[in-house]
Amino acid sequence: MQSFLKTGKLGSGSGAGPSGDKQSGKGQKRGNRPTPWVEKYRPKTVDDVVEQGDVVEVLRQCLSGADLPNLLLYGPPGTGKTSTILAAARQLFGDMYRDRILELNASDERGIQIIRDKVKSFAQLSASGIRPDGKPCPAFKIVILDEADSMTHAAQAALRRTMEKQTRTTRFCLVCNYVSRIIQPLTSRCTKFRFKPLGEVKIIERLQFISSQENVNIEQDALQSLIAAAGGDLRRAITCLQSCARLKGKDDTSAITPDDVVEVMGVIPSRWIDGLMSVSEEFDYYKVTEYLDQFIMEGYSAGQLLEQLHLKIVMCDTISDKHKATICEKLAVCAYRLQEGASEYLQMADLCCTLMLCLRQ
Amino acid sequence: MSLWVDKYRPKSLSLLDYHKDQANQLKNLVKQGDFPHLLVYGPSGAGKKTRVTCLLRELYGPGVEKLRMESVPITTPSGKKLDIKTISSNYHIEVNPSDAGIYDRCVVMELVKNSAQTHQLDPTGQRDFKVVVLTEVDSLSVDAQHALRRTMEKYVSTCRLILISNSTSRVIPAIRSRCLGVRVAAPTQDQIISILQMACKKEGLSLPLDLAKKIVDKSERNLRLALLMCESCKVQETPLKEKQEPILPQWQVFLKDTARSIMHEQSPKQLMEVRGRLYELLSHNIPIQIIFKGLLKELVSNCDMKLKAVVVEEAAFFEHRVHQGSKGIFHLEAFVAKFMCIYKKFMEDSVIDMF
Ligand SMILES: Nc1ncnc2c1ncn2[C@@H]1O[C@H](COP(=O)(O)OP(=O)(O)OP(=O)(O)O)[C@@H](O)[C@H]1O
Ligand SMILES: [Mg+2]
Repeated sequence: MQSFLKTGKLGSGSGAGPSGDKQSGKGQKRGNRPTPWVEKYRPKTVDDVVEQGDVVEVLRQCLSGADLPNLLLYGPPGTGKTSTILAAARQLFGDMYRDRILELNASDERGIQIIRDKVKSFAQLSASGIRPDGKPCPAFKIVILDEADSMTHAAQAALRRTMEKQTRTTRFCLVCNYVSRIIQPLTSRCTKFRFKPLGEVKIIERLQFISSQENVNIEQDALQSLIAAAGGDLRRAITCLQSCARLKGKDDTSAITPDDVVEVMGVIPSRWIDGLMSVSEEFDYYKVTEYLDQFIMEGYSAGQLLEQLHLKIVMCDTISDKHKATICEKLAVCAYRLQEGASEYLQMADLCCTLMLCLRQ
Repeated sequence: MSLWVDKYRPKSLSLLDYHKDQANQLKNLVKQGDFPHLLVYGPSGAGKKTRVTCLLRELYGPGVEKLRMESVPITTPSGKKLDIKTISSNYHIEVNPSDAGIYDRCVVMELVKNSAQTHQLDPTGQRDFKVVVLTEVDSLSVDAQHALRRTMEKYVSTCRLILISNSTSRVIPAIRSRCLGVRVAAPTQDQIISILQMACKKEGLSLPLDLAKKIVDKSERNLRLALLMCESCKVQETPLKEKQEPILPQWQVFLKDTARSIMHEQSPKQLMEVRGRLYELLSHNIPIQIIFKGLLKELVSNCDMKLKAVVVEEAAFFEHRVHQGSKGIFHLEAFVAKFMCIYKKFMEDSVIDMF
């Protein structure tokens, strides 16, 4: 284990090690490490960013010389928050990137002390307005606090003072999923940008671009169900596209079908949802628990079931509104409890009992 | 001598006995080095770990089977020192972050990030990246999951994560969006029967079909349990007979008896007695969800539908509370007390109704 860890940091020379099994003819080119497509197609410039017009506009202006406000970027996963700010920083500072950017994310220690010391000492150094290569660049540094919603409130409070004091030399950029977890004094110091879930058209365009680059053959229906399941999360969509393509293997050139997509996305086939409804209507507790056991054995996730069931219940027109409300309330309670780690079996059994009582007539 | 579960564990993807299509797909997946992180999920005993081990072998060859067990010291931000058990080879490292309890975030921050930052030990190996396997991701705290997010992106070219969990319900959306989900369903009854028969054949035994069916019925599609039961049948009596009754693990019998004693009498005295039994179960490391589920299965048997719904609701309520507090026994006891209360009332009412 120790030897496993102590093999030199990235970028240093090659570590010597015992030669393992070497399969000739399968070697890959060094230095050209294979990366998953999400990273390969991560926007390199702010112009590559799909949608999210407002932020892009502000950043573009900054690139052409305007001042930059403190930013707060928030939105669901995979909508381009991290990519956007990193791309902008790269464009702004080029080679000086390392000196001018301090990136702290949830995997770094971000207690009060760190905010006070590390951020402060970074912010205090002054920054000149010229790059080493003579080109002009903004005379400030940027502190990127990624995944800021996982910072404690105390640490956020400590950030307040630092932010105010260092306005001359430093801009802050906070990135998070849930803006409600950021304390109000911080949000009021930043210009807020919401990253919307990406629109279908944009995702299709992007996926088609990637498919043509990578020679992927995907059916139109499959593309549609991929987008429906991804729900505006482009990263998830790209990962799914790549996984479908790779799982098939190199020699299989047949197109990706909707069934492939459903499996990779972890969507529960609709027959399971329909089955749950009809078995609940039968009003037999043992049949229902039997069904639940089977469902769990198949490995499907209860959280996903709740989501899909919710859609089904809301759209169903044979259930009265009163019953819909009862069921949805139970759905909400169960979803919350599941999130906290409660047993899937018990929560689903509870939900099914409610379903049974409501569906019987 | 090793147990059958270990002895007959398939070593490579092509030798896996069921979900062969998936095994093939995984094989395709690792052929090119650009696959994303994996999130492997499925019920316990479905063979997730076996599949991951096979996958690693497919990636790195037999070298990954040379395992070392070590314990790595970790210092928490508050200065506390912890030792974390790890299993590693030259190519991969496996950790269960929940071993560190509330400090699981430190494990992710120190251990996972460090191994992600260092590069592949073996320069002649065919892969540029190594693999970090995290088990029991269900019980990873939200903070620890957050700590994984950027690490997963930043070092993806040098390190792939394989996360193993029972369900994806507790995995935060940001992590799910970064992984390819691989669902491993439990083997079907027929698949288990044929695996049992194969194992017996290799042991030079013949397994009567009736006995195999009995074992499968009791194992609830848990392959590990089925193999263990089959082996204990052998110990009980060889050659294997049709009439033999597979023995359930002792705690299951004990749990059933506990439920029966709750049904038998509802009184403070009885509650005390049940309490002792619950402690006994917990001290044998039986997970609390399993106790809840086992109790519930028996307890509802004598209730009408309306009452069933109430009992299930209470069970779901108290089991959830377990995860908010730190002492499970309180909530287990509370549930039993509540049940006794409801049940007694129900029985009394139905006696009154009779007149
Ligand atoms: N607006 C976008 N334009 C282009 N690519 C995008 C966009 N949004 C997401 N992507 C793709 O998704 C990947 C992940 O995006 P990014 O890391 O920026 O997400 P994020 O918003 O930071 O998510 P999280 O909240 O999970 O950190 C990128 O590598 C890119 O391939
Ligand atoms: Mg991000």
